[in-house]
Amino acid sequence: MKTQRFLVKSCLALLVSGAVFVSAHTFAQGPTKANTLSIGGPFEFTSQEPSQQGYLFTRMQVAETLVDVAPDGRLLPGLAESWDVDTSGLIWQFKVRDGVVFHDGQSLDASAVLNSIEQALKKHGPLSQVPIASLSALSDQTLQITLEQPYNLLPAVLAHYSTMIISPKAYNSEGHVDQLLATGPYQIDTVQPPHKVVVKRFDGYWGQVASIEYAEYLTGHRGESRSLQARSGQADITLTLDPASMNSLNRERHLTLHSDLIPRSILIKLNSGHPFLDHIDARQALSLALDRTGIANAILRVPGSEANQLVPSSLAAWHRQDLPPAARDLQRAKALLTELGWQAGADGVLVREGERFSLKLITYADRPELTTVATAIQAQLAELGVEVKVEVTNSSAIPSGHQDGSLEMALIARNYGFIADPLGVMIADFGQLGGGDWGAMNWQNPEVVELITSLKVEQDTDAYLQKSQRVAEVLAQELPLIPVTFYTQQTAVNTRVKHFRFDPFERNYYVNEMELSK
Amino acid sequence: MKSILLNRLIQAVMVAWGVGTLTFIFMRTLPGDMAYRIAAGRYGQDNVTAEAAELVRQELNLESSPWLAYVNWLWDLVQLNLGTSLISGAPVIHEVQHQLGHSLGLAFVAILVSAMIALPLGILSGMRVGGLFDRCLLILSAVLRAQPVFVIGLLLILLFAVNWRIFPVAGFGTPAHIVLPALALALVLASVSSRVIRDSTHRVIHSSFYTFARVKGLSASQTFTRHGLRNLSVPVVAFMGIQLVGLIEGIVMVESLFSWPGIGHGLAHAIFSRDVPMIQGTALMMGLIFVCLNTVIDIACYQLDPRGRLQ
Repeated sequence: MKTQRFLVKSCLALLVSGAVFVSAHTFAQGPTKANTLSIGGPFEFTSQEPSQQGYLFTRMQVAETLVDVAPDGRLLPGLAESWDVDTSGLIWQFKVRDGVVFHDGQSLDASAVLNSIEQALKKHGPLSQVPIASLSALSDQTLQITLEQPYNLLPAVLAHYSTMIISPKAYNSEGHVDQLLATGPYQIDTVQPPHKVVVKRFDGYWGQVASIEYAEYLTGHRGESRSLQARSGQADITLTLDPASMNSLNRERHLTLHSDLIPRSILIKLNSGHPFLDHIDARQALSLALDRTGIANAILRVPGSEANQLVPSSLAAWHRQDLPPAARDLQRAKALLTELGWQAGADGVLVREGERFSLKLITYADRPELTTVATAIQAQLAELGVEVKVEVTNSSAIPSGHQDGSLEMALIARNYGFIADPLGVMIADFGQLGGGDWGAMNWQNPEVVELITSLKVEQDTDAYLQKSQRVAEVLAQELPLIPVTFYTQQTAVNTRVKHFRFDPFERNYYVNEMELSK
Repeated sequence: MKSILLNRLIQAVMVAWGVGTLTFIFMRTLPGDMAYRIAAGRYGQDNVTAEAAELVRQELNLESSPWLAYVNWLWDLVQLNLGTSLISGAPVIHEVQHQLGHSLGLAFVAILVSAMIALPLGILSGMRVGGLFDRCLLILSAVLRAQPVFVIGLLLILLFAVNWRIFPVAGFGTPAHIVLPALALALVLASVSSRVIRDSTHRVIHSSFYTFARVKGLSASQTFTRHGLRNLSVPVVAFMGIQLVGLIEGIVMVESLFSWPGIGHGLAHAIFSRDVPMIQGTALMMGLIFVCLNTVIDIACYQLDPRGRLQ
């Protein structure tokens, strides 16, 4: 009996000491549930450097760019009220918005903009592709950019996160950003890489001052974890939801689900110089063997997301409305390969001149659905007699494999809205013979290269559309990359959040437009 | 006592050199282009290109001799400088402090909670070996131990965060955030440590010195507190020390599930992105912590068990 009493006392002592430890553990006191919008997403961040994870800070509305982008892709005035280009297409003038202050209280002027652009030029980003001859601040409100040759993409590049405008005080002596001081409706409260950013309303904002006092971004690595955050009510907005969890989330009365088409596509990048893939018919056969409807319905759970071309319909200039849906036709696919001399081997795998039709398909786990889609493709191509070995690796293996020529096939998720004008990605992917790191590989089509090069300086809207449509047509015919599906962003929004809207270009969460119901 | 401390100090120096050297060799011999890996870590999947890799290669002078890089690292180590992260550009020591602080906090709370669960259950079970309670505890321990820790974590989230909404699903920053990850780890730890405590208790209360204490007239509680508790605690302290070491290196899944910014998760990401100074710094600090923990355990056992002092 006494022993039991002693045990009870011991347990109580342990419980008390544990409780004291936990409560005494010094945790930072953060904003409260009532005044904070909580956003859950999959992406980690390591620094406040604009060229690295700058997208997180434009999305959280800490920083802004000279040019903004409407959800339909139109370029809008941002920190630049307006811009002009002379008739030669070489001299661009940007009128810097008046009455804007940085989070450190300093006023925005052309010299501060100049400083940010000069810093961005020293780092990795699309600005380094712009043929800039000189930069100058003509007055307090006018920035002039002189180009070596015309480049229509300049305003779109100035909408990219890496060109965000930051206070000169934000840079340290080595030009790195230690504390992001920008102009957005929210300012940094706490940054705890790689998981959490808390931002606080900036009352001195030049535009619509936010109603919600705090916003928090929390990285949830696992899709299940993010879904559970949405279900429990911990996260108000949960992004990049796992397709498998959509049914259970649909049953939650406190959640509204949003499916938005974004300008990103799942594609198979092919080495068109590979002896098995150098003929259009071989690439056509692989494309015809894909059951895109099965992938869209069973894996991605977004019926209708099957892709018949590279660029989705939201980027109208680069999307052909007249192309038929990509239907599976295994018989025709087999016939095409037979014409190329492939015959079924003893184990069902096609053989030609003693070589098995066996290829390595690499993909990466940054986007979890890619690995599942890769194995589905493996099974579908096996029915054609093509052996596919799937290797899940780091995303850097794709540009690396492209450069050293070792890549055979890769399953990728290409973002055609990475620069607000898809021409930027098209230049990188198809703008030179042989292709680009994330585009065509060893594919030679001088017509496409010429068209894309001419689009950099094309001023006439109709001619631009004609040329971009022709590029889309050639890409769909010759298949240097095989389209699989278009991307749909699945978002769960708590019903306490009012006025939610989604930016297909993923540049902005529009938190300053939202309200939290009591 | 002095010899224990001296031995451990020599061990710490050897661990610092050995761990750093091995991680350096392993990272350099891994397949794949280091510049591309680092570029992917820095700029993300959408923005990793040959141009970005070239920029990284030039900035970090990756073409230089590995020997030179190794000698530079060794010289920095002598000056207690762990370098800067190749991905974030922040001093490694700051990142390690942030991550290790969270991991140690989580591991410590988990061990504490596991002790709160395992001690009473293990002692009660050990007092009546073969009884109903002992057999039930054996089944429960086996079931818990057989589950991967993330399954237990998910179940706890479903119960306490989704259904009852008592604790948050993930994150950090308030005391409530540590409860579920610590409990998930504690349940797995307690499933094993309760068996060790049970065996230890059984052995002690059936020993001749314990029987003699009762025979000479001490009450049950006096016997237990004076002769039982101390004797049964020696193997328990040693075992829990080992568990703590295992915890710090093995909580990657829990950190990932609960978005806890710990060292295991940080180390995994540093390896993916070939952030060599970060990997070396993290491995080195973990090695030193293991040496420190072993020293503390040795001293605790030395104090608890007089027989060790004679040796």
